[in-house]
Amino acid sequence: MQVEQIAIFLENRAGRLAEITSTLAENGINIRALSLADTADFGILRLIVNDIDKACQILKDHGFTVGKTEVLVVEVPDQPGGLAGALSAVNNAQLNIEYMYAFSQRSGESGLIIFRFDDQEAAAKVFQKAGMRILNGEEVYAI
Amino acid sequence: MIWNDHETMPREELRALQLERLQKLVARVYDKVPYYRGKMDKVGVKPKDIRTLEDIRLLPFTTKEDLRQNYPFGLFTVPMDEIVRLHASSGTTGKPTVVGYTKEDIKLWAGLMARSLSAAGVTSKDIIQNAYGYGLFTGGLGAHYGAEELGATVIPISGGQTKRQITIMRDFGSTVLLSTPSYAMNLAEVMIESGVDPADLPLRVGVFGAEPWSEGMRHDLEKRLRIKAIDIYGLSEIIGPGVAVECIEEQKGLHIFEDHFLPEIVDQNTFEPLPMGETGELVFTTLTKTAFPVIRYRTKDISRLSDTLCSCGRTMLRMPKVSGRTDDMLIIRGVNVFPSQIEQVLMSIEGVEPHYLIIVDRQGAMDTMEVQVEVSENIFSDEIKDMVSITKRIQADIKDLIGSTCKITMVEPKTIKRSEGKAQRVIDKRKI
Repeated sequence: MQVEQIAIFLENRAGRLAEITSTLAENGINIRALSLADTADFGILRLIVNDIDKACQILKDHGFTVGKTEVLVVEVPDQPGGLAGALSAVNNAQLNIEYMYAFSQRSGESGLIIFRFDDQEAAAKVFQKAGMRILNGEEVYAI
Repeated sequence: MIWNDHETMPREELRALQLERLQKLVARVYDKVPYYRGKMDKVGVKPKDIRTLEDIRLLPFTTKEDLRQNYPFGLFTVPMDEIVRLHASSGTTGKPTVVGYTKEDIKLWAGLMARSLSAAGVTSKDIIQNAYGYGLFTGGLGAHYGAEELGATVIPISGGQTKRQITIMRDFGSTVLLSTPSYAMNLAEVMIESGVDPADLPLRVGVFGAEPWSEGMRHDLEKRLRIKAIDIYGLSEIIGPGVAVECIEEQKGLHIFEDHFLPEIVDQNTFEPLPMGETGELVFTTLTKTAFPVIRYRTKDISRLSDTLCSCGRTMLRMPKVSGRTDDMLIIRGVNVFPSQIEQVLMSIEGVEPHYLIIVDRQGAMDTMEVQVEVSENIFSDEIKDMVSITKRIQADIKDLIGSTCKITMVEPKTIKRSEGKAQRVIDKRKI
């Protein structure tokens, strides 16, 4: 039910992001979703890729600090109110979102929201109860 | 193991021996070295005025400046044909200081270094990998002769070529590593990277010196390399390594080989002698060295003396790990800080790597300090708030130490230069 995400530590230095993406490209890794959280001094790049173990190894070999985290990927209708519905379910259950990001598949069909909660399991139950589909790893990696 | 009877001498006997040696030394340098005679005449002290050990306070100090003024051989007490070896400091802060040894001095030094290794639990059965630099630096050859005197097997590999060090360590079965602590850390790191598990190696003891290091660094080295890490102290102006060493029994303070080196602690600013137990600048007088004896040499190293008896049986005074040199001391907004204190703060936080760089600068009239810390997988999180909380914690702990807030910068692994000998921990941009 949970999807694995890679997080990479990024120093605030010119060209670092490009180095990561080109390193992954050279090794045939396809990025499915991406978000960059940044502060004045450093950033954390979060990625969902088609082959997480290979990507982790390649990045480590290139001297990056990487970590794996489990996230929930929830499908919402790609129309006004789609995201609002998911978030109100979260809000009603008083769950804390650590971070989230989104991407949409072919426009007009469905949007995918990637969530990290302080309590992942409770959140999964809330979405299921609300009738929202949670994607499993294979589905997401293969998008 | 006790190597020499003098190490356990009753203190009254030791003091009598020290006085006898001191009187002889002062008479000799007064006779042989015009520079020392001139300095003593200037303050009106004659060799006969030295009646007790405390009378050493009548004698003028010797500083690095005195050594430079007499560059290169002006303070030697014997003609050059009796000198068999020269060593010199790197001279990064001015002219190098040159030290000379007679045959007897070399023998004396080897004996003291053998004593030091023996105190560290090293025996003739050990295979010693000597990764101190060989050359003008006293570390390499000093340790080498001592290891041979002890009867151990020495691998004179010198510093650097880290991958080769590891191959040799594994293939030759080194049981003892001699190096700077920062280089030992570099070795440990490269070992893991190249898939060598320290637990599979017969390495059991490290004798580390030539730069200040914290207790936290000791624990980390012991854990990573699966060894006992022993601190050794020395400086070329006194003899080189082998002036003081920790015993493996307690690892608590370094026993000073007082039968050859008379220690004093003086106030860093007034240079007045301080009572037992107080912290100040270490001062040494070499009691037995022939070619290049020094009287009341101000080492610029900060420590204190302790006369608490040690369970190992040695009666010699102990000095805690040197916290730093007055040269390395940073004054940040009026507060004195040693890099080793910052190191201790970092090492006390679980998961923080022992690689750091302190950058001091000045903005307007205000000193600023930045500490760069490498982000390891152990402290990395995918959440900003976790990362910020670690930097806040380091910042708070350093503020407790120095009273002002410094900037903590998280940097990517391996961006801080690894040590091949003496580590560079500080960049002080204020001097430029």
